[in-house]
Parts: sequence; structure tokens; C-alpha cells
Amino acid sequence: MQSDTANIIEIRGLRFSRGDRVIFDGVDMDISRGKITAIMGPSGTGKTTLMRLITGQIRPDAGTILVDGENISSLSRNDLYRVRRKMGMLFQSGALFTDRTVYENVAFPLREHTNFTESMIRDLVLMKLHAVGLRGARDMLPSELSGGMTRRAALARTIALDPQMVFYDEPFAGQDPIGMGVLLQLIKLLNTALGLTSVVVSHDIHETASIADSLYVLSEGKVIGKGAPQELMSSESSMVAQFMNGKPDGPVPFHYPAQDYLDDLLGGGAV
Amino acid sequence: MITQLRILGKAGLDWLSVTGRSGFFVARSLCGIPNVRKGLPLLIKQLYAVGVLSLPIIIVSGLFIGMVMSLQGYSILVDYGSEQAVGQMVSLSLVRELGPVVTALLFAGRAGSSLTAEIGLMKATEQITSLEMLGVDPLRYVMAPRLLAGFIALPLLTLIFNVVGIWGGALVAVDWLGVYDGSFWANMQAATDFREDVLNGTIKSIAFALVVTWIAVFQGHDLVPTSEGIGRATTKTVVYSSLAVLGLDFILTAVMFGDF
Repeated sequence: MQSDTANIIEIRGLRFSRGDRVIFDGVDMDISRGKITAIMGPSGTGKTTLMRLITGQIRPDAGTILVDGENISSLSRNDLYRVRRKMGMLFQSGALFTDRTVYENVAFPLREHTNFTESMIRDLVLMKLHAVGLRGARDMLPSELSGGMTRRAALARTIALDPQMVFYDEPFAGQDPIGMGVLLQLIKLLNTALGLTSVVVSHDIHETASIADSLYVLSEGKVIGKGAPQELMSSESSMVAQFMNGKPDGPVPFHYPAQDYLDDLLGGGAV
Repeated sequence: MITQLRILGKAGLDWLSVTGRSGFFVARSLCGIPNVRKGLPLLIKQLYAVGVLSLPIIIVSGLFIGMVMSLQGYSILVDYGSEQAVGQMVSLSLVRELGPVVTALLFAGRAGSSLTAEIGLMKATEQITSLEMLGVDPLRYVMAPRLLAGFIALPLLTLIFNVVGIWGGALVAVDWLGVYDGSFWANMQAATDFREDVLNGTIKSIAFALVVTWIAVFQGHDLVPTSEGIGRATTKTVVYSSLAVLGLDFILTAVMFGDF
């Protein structure tokens, strides 16, 4: 069921809540094929949850999520695993298998899903590792890698089966400037070279905006802004402006709701 | 009154839901056609981790328990001049009771807790999710080999425990206290029945293996992936499996040896 529409992912009327807390309330989103789409928003708006919904790790309360023409939330377990082979996901922690070397980590999806000979697997693994610059680190264990290298090794594993789309969960969190620069360049390069669709979840505004073709800004369960990075930077919406320009106070208040400061100080409640 | 009823009802429902989930969990992990080429290396690795690495504690414990029983038995039996019966006392209590129960308790502490912690840490570091995203079912890849390894390893460890225990008993009774070795072994062989004692003991150990491994792997799979959650689940594994083993032992003993 391959469809060649412009949007590889279409989300309509998505609702999701955890306990009493509504995380998404009527989210619509289109992710274009072959582009880098960034999903941004303040911490705790459920960006990672959205990614887990798109990849079918959790199911929505209502709404549809079409991935390459298939409704993710109504797929059987086997179909879901089939669709997931078109997806790759880079986790914040890298999530490398700690008991295997970098080489074995990258070879893992190939061994599981193909019947390639050992020499073909070796060639493919070395190509993927070369693409992320870690061909020389193939024999290292994940515990010996730095944070940036872990993420690059995990990226090599993510693209091992040549997925159509790659999801990046906070790829820049905790990276030094060099590591961040390397990852930015890699995401851009891989997207062009492999013809991928990339979805980047992040709140590093400037870095993400520099590579993204389009941006979605989420807040309190809704999409509050969408468009090209330049458009959003000059958005009229005070909420989007506060987020894009990193202002401490605005529609998202600096103070957690509380009673009046003066009343609180003078009003006693002696402890 | 109503509140208490409500709490009781909620506890009951929670218990039923956990039991149901864990049942589906085992069924989903183990049902289906096994892939021998890919599954066997995983199983062997787990057999090594839960079986071979448990051998030292099992052997040492078996040896000392056999020696202590022999010593205690001798000091009582010698008053009645029937110290030759120490062999059958050691073998019957080991094969019927102590072997399966003590091995299962040690297994819960040594292998069960490590299974829970390992799976929990894999969950906390997103390795389980990452398997799912790579299109590999973690139930088949992570859980199934661990469940099977536990099912296979514990009965075998029990047999080893029994053998070493009996040998330890002989060491004390025959080599140290001077019981005539002909009557020690002959009494033991005459009193121990293969079907009644050895087979029933083995059935017990198989039942314990199912329960302990099930609890350990499910606790790992079901825990809250934080350091606190992993600690709590590991404790739960040891406590629940010990209680389950002791409770189940009474029921099995009543069924197997209860008709007088």
C-alpha cells in the first residue's frame, strides 16, 4: 500500500490523554515527504509522546495518524512491525545495546531482517559507520563512547535498513557545540543523500531552525504555530514569539500560578 | 464500610488485571513458531547467565546443607543406635523437600533478581523500545530466551543440588563420624523410590522454575523505568517468588505425599 502523496505522515484530530491530563487536543499535522520537519515546544508539551504516537508505540484516544497511507492506530501487531521497518528512530539516550560492540549494534537490524552473507553485512555496516564518521570505532563498546559518538553510532544503526523516515528525539540535548554541529550536518546530509523524510523533535530553536524546512510549535495540546522557520521567527502570535525568541515571561508565565505575592508574604500561614 | 469495600474491590481488580497481563505476557512470549537459528544462541547465552553462573552458590549451599543434616541426624539417631539410617534421612529430605525449595529460593535471589534488574535497565535505557522500533519483537527476543532458560536451568540445578547434598552428607556421616558406608548407601537406596521421591521432587522443581522465572521476567517487563522502580521490582521478585515457592510447596506436598 505505497502511496505517493506529498505528505508521508498526516495527523487529523489527534486526541491523547494520560490519566486526567489532556496531552493533545485536536492536533492536525502534515509532514512532507523528503523534507526535514521540526516539532518544537516548551518542555512537557508531549513532543516525545507525539513521536511515540506516530511510531505506534502508544495509541491515541481519538483521531487518525496516517503513515505512508496506513492508519497506524488500527494496524495489527504484525503489520505494525512491517510498517516500522520504513521508520528509524534515534533515541535521546542512543539506546545502543550495551552488551554489543558498535559494529554488532549496527549489524543487528541487518542480521534480524535480511539474509545477507557476512561479507555483505560487513560492507553495509562499514558504509553506515563511515557515513557517521565512526568506522574506526567499530570495536568499541557503547560504554567507551562519548555522548556525541553514542548518538552517531545509534544513528548508523537507525539508517542500517535504509528507512524512509527517521525520527530524532531531542538529538541535540546535552551536546557540546562541536557534537551539535556534527549532528546538524549529519541530519541535513543524510536527508538529502538518502532521500529521507526527517522529523526532529527539539527545543534548540536556532539549531533546529537552521536545517528544518518547516516547523510546528506545540503548546498545551495544540499546534500554535506552523510554517517555515523565517515566518515563525516573525510571527505575530505572542505565544509563538515568546517561544521562538526565548523570552522568560509572556503568555507562558514565568510564575507558576500562586496567590498574590504581597498577601502571601504578609498573610501569615506561619510555619 | 463502603470505603473499605471499595478499597478491597480495587485491590482485587488490580490483582486480577496484573495476573491477566502477566498471563498474556507469557503466552505472547512463548507461543508461535520458534526460530531455531536465531533463538538458540540467545537461549544458550541466557542458560549460561542464569544456569552456569548460579552453579557456585548452588553447589556450596548443597554441600553444607547435606553436611549439616547429616550431623544433626547422626546426633539424634545415634542415641537409638540407628545411625545407619542417616543416609535415607539425608536423601529423602533433600530429594523431596530441601532440594527443590532451597534451590528455588537461591535461584530467586541469585538469578531472578538479576533478570528483573537487567530487563528493567534495558527498559530504562530505551533498549526495549529501540528493539520495537527496529522491528524486532522484544517479547520474542528478550523475554522468551530468559523465560525458557529459567524453566530449563532450575530443575537441572535442583538435581545438582541434591547430588552434592547427598555427597556432603556421606562426607560427614561416613568419612568423619564413622557410619559404615555399606549400610549408609544401602539404606538410602532401599528407602528412596524413583517415582515417589525423585520424580515428585523434580516435578516440584519444574513448578518452582515456572513460577520464579515468570515472576522475575514479568516484574522486569512491567516495572516503572526509574532507578527507584527497578529497585522496587527487584525486591518484589525476590519476595513474591520466595512466598510463591513456599506456598506452592505446601500444596504440592499435600497432593503428592498427603494420602496416608
